[in-house]
Amino acid sequence: MNIADIIGPIMVGPSSSHTAGAVKIGRISKKLLGEEVAKADIYFHGSFLATGKGHGTDKALIAGLLGLSVDDERIPKSFILATEKELEFHFFGIDLGEVHPNTVKLNLTGIHGKSLEIIAASIGGGRIKITQIDGLTANFSGDYPTLVVHNLDQPGHVTEVTSMLGHKSINIATMQLYRDSRGGNAVMVIECDQEVPIASIHWLEKLEGIKKVTYLSLEED
Amino acid sequence: MYKAMEDILREAKEHQLEFWEVVQMDDCKERDISKEESFLQMKKMYEAMKHADEAYDKELISASTLCGQDGEKMKQAKEKGNLLCGDFIGTVMEKALKMGESNACMKRIVAAPTAGSCGVLPAVLLALQEKEGISEEEIVKALYVAAGIGGVIASRAFLAGASGGCQAEIGSASAMAAGAVTYLKKGTPEQISDSSALALKGLLGLACDPVAGLVEVPCVKRNVIGAVNALTSSDMACAGIESKIPADEVFDAMKSIGRSLPTAIKETGEGGLAATPTGLKYKETLEQDF
Repeated sequence: MNIADIIGPIMVGPSSSHTAGAVKIGRISKKLLGEEVAKADIYFHGSFLATGKGHGTDKALIAGLLGLSVDDERIPKSFILATEKELEFHFFGIDLGEVHPNTVKLNLTGIHGKSLEIIAASIGGGRIKITQIDGLTANFSGDYPTLVVHNLDQPGHVTEVTSMLGHKSINIATMQLYRDSRGGNAVMVIECDQEVPIASIHWLEKLEGIKKVTYLSLEED
Repeated sequence: MYKAMEDILREAKEHQLEFWEVVQMDDCKERDISKEESFLQMKKMYEAMKHADEAYDKELISASTLCGQDGEKMKQAKEKGNLLCGDFIGTVMEKALKMGESNACMKRIVAAPTAGSCGVLPAVLLALQEKEGISEEEIVKALYVAAGIGGVIASRAFLAGASGGCQAEIGSASAMAAGAVTYLKKGTPEQISDSSALALKGLLGLACDPVAGLVEVPCVKRNVIGAVNALTSSDMACAGIESKIPADEVFDAMKSIGRSLPTAIKETGEGGLAATPTGLKYKETLEQDF
């Protein structure tokens, strides 16, 4: 946190958690999907479900999925914009259990057929946390270029990824590993200090045992 | 960010700096940016506030229909000369309502420190600028003063209603605005600190009890009390009236009070005004509509 968080951000109201945070979740989810969103099923939990409509959380999320920023004055009109861009969306209520009260689950399909399931929470002051990707735990803020690698739980995959990052002179800020069972599905979430080149991501995707690579770039589209 | 007003005051004294300069230097160090870049970013915040004030739409009503159009009513009453509080306070009230309403109606605002309390700082700064012809540069410096105070409060306590009740939002905004005004009135760094203490002391314990959980009732009108309270606190400090409890200890008191407050009055929409028969009736109607 710094003084730009005290005076700022410039944002469309009414709520940093329910509006600005929701835009950010949508925006980061779109970037993680890696292409324009064609279809979005959106499941609101807890306080998002109870007070989301009055806070414009629904419009904010769609605005984010369209790639708008938190201060974009088109946010209140995002539904119209979505129709223009042929983004089909549906809202549902859900009980995700013991999670943050401002949590949402997104099932996204891209225009070229990519798909992604995300669970994210708006944790206050416009800051967010991605808590799950494609059913596996994740835990990152979207404030760094972030590499998410889904792989089989086998020896060597972490080395492959970290050596690649080392070769490209990319410093790792944080790194987390999760798996659903021994030898089952595993995920590594790596927040980096520099952007990962797109060619390196394609290289990773081709490695045996790597099932899916998702990358959050902070560079503007 | 500084963790104590005492530290800012000491830095200012030791290096013969103004309060705002101490805050700016810290910002440059923390974010690794130049003074020019830091100043430019702060100026952008001021410009966004000014633009938001000018962009107020007197026809707008929030999605819930619970708020809108009150800023315009205030303006008309002022123009008719009907206000006991006079033209200047009338303008402050008008601007605070307008910004709070713009926020509720999904217009672009500057969270300062939060979206719910976004009307307090611009109301006093823009009204004072209009009244006394203060330069843009001075207003930006006053924003640094406000940011410095808000930073200390964030470090020692909290700024979110969900964490500490409305005292953490409107209370903090009021303390920040009081310090900013005291700077513009050529108060000393000690008077800046005292005015922020006086402002927050007046709002300690304030519940966050929004009707139907929306940032509308009572949030919009609480921006008025935050703004006016900032002015009276600054006037007191500039008159030489001291806060008997130093600012840092007032911020700590806010934290301990915030922790003691039940969750029903910390932005859950379950207690206080939200739980009144009328508050519940609004909530029910909204649930049917949505």
